[in-house]
Amino acid sequence: MSRVQRIGVFVCHCGSNIAATVDVTKVAEMARLEQGVVHAEEYQYMCSEAGQAKIAEAIKEKDLTGIVVCSCSPRMHETTFRNAVERAGINPYMVEIANIREHCSWIHKNKAEGTEKAIILAKAAIAKVNLNAPLKPGESRVTKRALVIGGGIAGIQTALDIAEAGYKVDIVEKTPSIGGRMSQLDKTFPTLDCSACILTPKMVEASAHENIRIFTYSEVEQVSGFVGDFTVDIRKKARSVDMDKCTGCGVCSEKCPAKKNASEFNRGLGNRSAIYTPFAQAIPNVPVIDRENCIKFKTGKCGVCSKVCQAGAVDYEQQDEIITEKYGAIVAATGFDTIKLDDFDEYAYSQSKDVITSLELERVMNAAGPTAGHLERLSDGKAPRNIVFIQCVGSRDCTNRGKPYCSKICCMYTAKHAMLIRDKYPDVKVTVFYIDVRTPGKNFDEFYRRAVEDYGVNYVKGQVGKVAPQPDGSLMVQGVDMLDNKQIRMEADMVVLATAIEPEAGVRKIATMLTASIDNNNFLTEAHPKLRPVESPTAGVFLSGVCQGPKDIPETVAQAGAAAVKAIGLLAKNKLLTNPCTATTDELLCNGCSACENVCPYGAITYEDREVNDHGIREVRRIAAVNNALCQGCGACTVTCPSGAMDLQGFSNRQIIAEVDAICR
Amino acid sequence: MSYGKSQTEEIKEISGVNPYKCMKCGKCSATCPSFDEMDIKPHQFVSYVLNDDAESLVNSKSLWKCLSCFACVERCPRDVKPGKLIDGARQVVVRQRGADYLVPEEIPECLDPELPQQLLVSAFRRYRR
Amino acid sequence: MKYSYYPGCTLKTKAKELDVYARASAEALGFELEEIAEWQCCGGVYPLGADEIASKLSSVRALNAAKEKGQDLVTLCSACHHVIKRVNDDMKNVDDIQTRANNYMELDVPYKGETEVLHYLEVLRDRIGFDTLKEKIVNPLKGRKIGAYYGCLLLRPSGLMAFDNPENPSIIEEFIRAIGAEPVVYPYRNECCGGYISLKEQNLARNMTAKIMDSAAGFGAELLITACPLCLYNLNLCRNKAGIPVYYFTELLAEALGVKREVRAS
Repeated sequence: MSRVQRIGVFVCHCGSNIAATVDVTKVAEMARLEQGVVHAEEYQYMCSEAGQAKIAEAIKEKDLTGIVVCSCSPRMHETTFRNAVERAGINPYMVEIANIREHCSWIHKNKAEGTEKAIILAKAAIAKVNLNAPLKPGESRVTKRALVIGGGIAGIQTALDIAEAGYKVDIVEKTPSIGGRMSQLDKTFPTLDCSACILTPKMVEASAHENIRIFTYSEVEQVSGFVGDFTVDIRKKARSVDMDKCTGCGVCSEKCPAKKNASEFNRGLGNRSAIYTPFAQAIPNVPVIDRENCIKFKTGKCGVCSKVCQAGAVDYEQQDEIITEKYGAIVAATGFDTIKLDDFDEYAYSQSKDVITSLELERVMNAAGPTAGHLERLSDGKAPRNIVFIQCVGSRDCTNRGKPYCSKICCMYTAKHAMLIRDKYPDVKVTVFYIDVRTPGKNFDEFYRRAVEDYGVNYVKGQVGKVAPQPDGSLMVQGVDMLDNKQIRMEADMVVLATAIEPEAGVRKIATMLTASIDNNNFLTEAHPKLRPVESPTAGVFLSGVCQGPKDIPETVAQAGAAAVKAIGLLAKNKLLTNPCTATTDELLCNGCSACENVCPYGAITYEDREVNDHGIREVRRIAAVNNALCQGCGACTVTCPSGAMDLQGFSNRQIIAEVDAICR
Repeated sequence: MSYGKSQTEEIKEISGVNPYKCMKCGKCSATCPSFDEMDIKPHQFVSYVLNDDAESLVNSKSLWKCLSCFACVERCPRDVKPGKLIDGARQVVVRQRGADYLVPEEIPECLDPELPQQLLVSAFRRYRR
Repeated sequence: MKYSYYPGCTLKTKAKELDVYARASAEALGFELEEIAEWQCCGGVYPLGADEIASKLSSVRALNAAKEKGQDLVTLCSACHHVIKRVNDDMKNVDDIQTRANNYMELDVPYKGETEVLHYLEVLRDRIGFDTLKEKIVNPLKGRKIGAYYGCLLLRPSGLMAFDNPENPSIIEEFIRAIGAEPVVYPYRNECCGGYISLKEQNLARNMTAKIMDSAAGFGAELLITACPLCLYNLNLCRNKAGIPVYYFTELLAEALGVKREVRAS
């Protein structure tokens, strides 16, 4: 509905950002001549307090009903000007921004051309505002419960922080226990704390907290809804063990005859039985049956675990269970894995058992690992005398073999490994082949220098070209010392590869379910790399840990807390305001064809039978109905609608035509 | 002969290599089977080009010790293709008159009954214009 | 099944065995190698300079000859395979070379990299299949411990050659199993033999191949097989030292197929 507007136009200099290429005075002059405009002025910085005061003053003095600001992109300051106008008593949706910076002054060099274009853009905005209607945002509810996807240190810390603030949190973890990568580590840098010793108290706290529910051996299956009001289906995979009855005694794993399954927790270096808990401190301390390798499930014979279980907890009939729950906020904390080394056979990883990744070394050095903490060669159990570490395997690699980014944690953990080995086995020679040493954190460089100066680790600047297994079982390492300008051919009995890390497999599926941005390296994208590092651009979704980018434990814990705070900020609200620029149907024009329903990416359109009074004819028709909370105002339905019944509030068809007319005048 | 800057440009043009991509990791040198024979090492080729020192490159022994085995090209994590760069320098030399590394007069004493044609052709192609 | 065949100069002279046994084996396996009518030497090395066109033309002629017959082009010598395959990639993907080469050649229809270039081993693996090959073996080389020597040119650069995993290849080991023998894997099978350096500096090549021979023998190989006449020559420089003989893979293929004696006789 059009009404007679009193429009004020405010043209910003933006310092010299706009004024250098656009004659702002002329723009204001020309704007003043447009239909409906009763006030036009220019100012240095419209977004400043003084600038906003000018708008407020003009509204009061000239009784303005619509505002046009010719300035930078609405992404910068649309909210600012809407708030200013609201404070002055006008509906905030009576503001239009003409982008004469990013769309005009920043892309032109010729002032005459720039000015002409700015004037046209201003005219279009004025034509649009003439037809603006005061819109009212809707309200949507906030379910005061958060979902954390991933039960590693990032997920655990985020959940603890949210729970401590008084909100309910669910953790969904796909492996049988929470703990994540940190539970596989032996010692952590730079303090050399035992990893399990600092992690398990947090794990216990999370499991005991009254606000936290933990779903392990579970995965998120479906997510619908939107910020404040998500509906999530969680699949609890069948453990084949009744969690309420199991006492965690462990007899079933002991007696299980199917013992030769590669242990995922030990990175395939050791075995586990078919019914197993991944590690001793697992939470929950309830085993899981790996049905693919269980004799009972494969052949129907066995059933030993059920026989020996005193609590009668083994349940071969158990089925997967789907739980549907509502959440206000979702935090992604899906973590990472090392890359596959299939394309790096120059290091002989697949040809020799004595070439291992750093994560595998953690398991070897850990007292609960496959060698009970003894540093030994995996091929023959002998003690190594010469260990070579190779850095940057698959990192900083811009070919399609590896990852282009630096994995961040490897320089520190290799210094840690080297130091620990030299400390425990002083007659073992340790050599590290590196490109750069990146140890920027607090006390990190000092840590690395201790490895070199106090523990005698030999750092060689230069890479390794080839690791060749020799007939006698040793490894010939061919590298280069770039400072001495010599090729080094040295015999090693163990080679450790600092392998690149990448986000955990399956993160793309999660990102699709959450409609969260994800980059080419499968890291979830943050809303702004500097200022909004823990929020996804998708409202209501937050990021915690390595799923957002490579980082070590201190940074993960810090970020986990930040994500928790953002989630708490959302959960603390009782209602959220929804975007009022949503689609509406003219029920007299709608012919029920479903074209709009099929094209809506947010599932915001449904059809209902409604009684319609069409110029005296009363009948029930099938009409499109838009859910204002789900609608994001993309406009796809308005374009698709063959009858023109669908229109977008704030961007109506009439308004767009008016803008085009103004431009073409 | 010193043509200074233009020789560096020639090397870059003939090879098509972008020397800025190199991150000085040394993997090419670690890999090169002729490393010990070379005076300027593979990981140095790029530096010499970046420092505009084509003269040292074209006068080095390294050009003739490179086997065109492409191991450096295969293993370089930045896709610099150092083997192509050294061939660029080699081309700059052989395209000058009288600068061939192999002359026909040398051949008879190298021959033996088993020697395959392929060896003669390859050597001629790489060591001469 | 007929394939256009590019033998290369050395296969007609010093490396006759590589060629002759290949043809006999092809016949036994039911495919035919039709030698291209007028082929010229490929040059032995792929011209790396961005402005080099003339030295690629002999390869383009061979490729075009195969295209005109609507056949794939099969090569045997590793060096020829490397050169022709890379020239083919240029003709397909590098506009500058495609245009200039075609301008020079003045063919009726410009050649744009349509022909597929296959190494004889790829024909065995992908077209015949090693399982089928195994069935046709009459004389499996049981108990023979054979090391594969790949060299550089079949494998690298892997993006263009796309022959096998450049650091841990397996095609020749699979071939060895198919002919009934036991493959011996050793780490230096993809290291350079020295190539053309052996013309002026035989000692260097000898040192390089000594490393390869020692490694192969150390892991228990009784003999080595290869597809490149230059590699065979360089490896044989060391033969006295490590003592293991080097053969062309086609000779062993012919032996396993039971056609070797006929060839010898003819």
